[in-house]
Amino acid sequence: MLDSETNSATIADPKVVCRDVSVSYSGKQALFDIDLDIGSHQVTSLIGPSGCGKSTFLRCMNRMNDVIDGCVVTGSISVDGVEILDDEIDAVQLRRRVGMVFQKPNPFPKSIYDNIAYGPRIHGLVRGKDELDEVVQTSLERAGLWEEVKDRLLQPGTGLSGGQQQRLCIARAIAVRPDVILMDEPCSALDPIATARVEELIDELKRSYSIVIVTHSMQQAARVSQRTAFFHLGIVVEVGETEQIFTNPRDERTQGYITGRYG
Amino acid sequence: MTDREQSTGIAVDSAEVKHARKRYRAERRFRMYGVAAIAAAAGMLALLVISIVATGWTAFYQHSIALDVTFEAKVIDPKGGRDPSVLARADYRKLARASLRKLFPDVKKRGDKRKLYGLLSIGVDQQLAELVAADPSLIGQTRRVEIYASDDVDSFLKGFIDREAPESDRRIKDKEIAWLDKLETDGAITSHLNLRFWTKGDSREPELAGFWGAMVGSFFTLLVTLALSFPVGVLAATYLEEFAPKNRWTDIIEVNINNLAAVPSIVFGLLGLAVFLNFFGLPRSAPLVGGMVLALMTLPTIIIASRSALKAVPPSIREAAFGVGASELQVVTHHVVPLALPGILTGAIIGMARALGETAPLLMIGMVAFIVDIPGSVTDPATVMPVQIYLWADSPERAFVARTSAGVMALLGFLMLMNALAVILRKRFERRW
Repeated sequence: MLDSETNSATIADPKVVCRDVSVSYSGKQALFDIDLDIGSHQVTSLIGPSGCGKSTFLRCMNRMNDVIDGCVVTGSISVDGVEILDDEIDAVQLRRRVGMVFQKPNPFPKSIYDNIAYGPRIHGLVRGKDELDEVVQTSLERAGLWEEVKDRLLQPGTGLSGGQQQRLCIARAIAVRPDVILMDEPCSALDPIATARVEELIDELKRSYSIVIVTHSMQQAARVSQRTAFFHLGIVVEVGETEQIFTNPRDERTQGYITGRYG
Repeated sequence: MTDREQSTGIAVDSAEVKHARKRYRAERRFRMYGVAAIAAAAGMLALLVISIVATGWTAFYQHSIALDVTFEAKVIDPKGGRDPSVLARADYRKLARASLRKLFPDVKKRGDKRKLYGLLSIGVDQQLAELVAADPSLIGQTRRVEIYASDDVDSFLKGFIDREAPESDRRIKDKEIAWLDKLETDGAITSHLNLRFWTKGDSREPELAGFWGAMVGSFFTLLVTLALSFPVGVLAATYLEEFAPKNRWTDIIEVNINNLAAVPSIVFGLLGLAVFLNFFGLPRSAPLVGGMVLALMTLPTIIIASRSALKAVPPSIREAAFGVGASELQVVTHHVVPLALPGILTGAIIGMARALGETAPLLMIGMVAFIVDIPGSVTDPATVMPVQIYLWADSPERAFVARTSAGVMALLGFLMLMNALAVILRKRFERRW
């Protein structure tokens, strides 16, 4: 679909390679032949107006669309060279490798400790309580939440503030040691200070993980990401280095969107 | 200045103000209708409760006649062997009659004697037999024993029989009134709490009839109902809501579950009669079959309540669990069902409360039989509270009227207890997300 010479949809050493990905919901097509590579240890942001398919595309990468009735995904997505749309790939195993953070903070209505410990427990990643304690502590530390909650690990996660809840969800996602973290507008329900903290965290995390973030805020995309893809009406209009997309977009539609003419 | 007056609506007679007043009047009227509706409902409830309590409270106490009974050895145990089976079969009525004759030596005529003996409950022999069985050393002694008065005497003493009425209209005649007055002046008539009502089974004699047999029967029946309908209902709801594909077949199943909830309960009774009794040959009048029939009736209620409770669990929780790699079953058993549990339990308790008050289907499977013994298991013949009330309401004796209302009070008490439990569970386990 894309001319790779001008659009650089392909990159050297990609973590996730998507080719000809199309998605339809009950016969209505939402995505058309998407080609996109996700680089390792960097942040890729997906921007575009509402309903352009960026969240749908994000949810293809950990097969969250599987649980939606009538959703059909075709094409090819490979993570580290393994084709994940293959029926033989277990979605449960895939979701351990490709974690997800949602738009609205959604901690389980359990204690802070159990929120983090749930993933490692069900995947059998830890042996014994000491090891679990350690995973909980390191996950919370990496999410920058440890100092704030270390004295109340047994209190419900739903009692935290919105920004803390979202960082708790990020800690929960990294507790299962994923390779890729997908973030679906992770700051849209947060105030500017909490947003800044999460953005700092994303910047930290990219050293260890490959991150894909869907955002409506172009400033956010510009701040946190190294590569940006602009989605519009179910296709990728333009993809490239973030700086290039925001300073020198090649496509007229990208130009129009980032200057606020529509969206 | 005029602008400001208009915008703040200070002008008293402007059309705007009149219009606003009209709106306030409409609002006040609407609120009054609401208050009136609630007052009407509360008034009817109060009327119901008052009428039941007014007729029923007298069943909670009872009169006895204290007699000096001589436990004669030659009547109770002529051979002197103190064999319990001999003691149990002795003619204790004779002893009570002898003490009555001693009190009223001038009653000679046969018919009068029978009337005199009729002051005491027919259960007198059992009452004395129990005393002797508990303490055989009583034999040969004379003791003052409080013997239950017959139901007519009890009703008379409670003031339900008017002594000014013509004698032919009274169940207690002039002679009996004279005897009772003498007993009263002797201080032989006592009143006490009716413990039999809470500890014994049914009887043909109102003064001996108790509600405990029906309460135990209801307990066993509901136990069977809960054991069958709760797991089946919750599993069915969970499967339909979380796993089943949404297609024509599941639509048909859903419509039929909703239809089942509206089927008149007597139809389930007929089904139980045809299938459980006649085809499978299960015991008649047993809480087992009653519980199975009520389980069929309660299932749709539990399924519908559980499905709406499961539906109310926010999708974000499901996404969160899927997101960390939980399998479909783990999402349901670790997150969705525990979160829906208060709603599921509330539905189950409401269904149980409905089953507790159900009469019609149980008539069909023979739980309407006259049963004196307290059931000891789910296969013993038993009756349940609402059926017991129905049986008593059908009895002609005056004293059963009060017992019927007393039974209704007990049943309502249990219903309120169950509904309160449902409310508490909902409040206790309610969670915010």
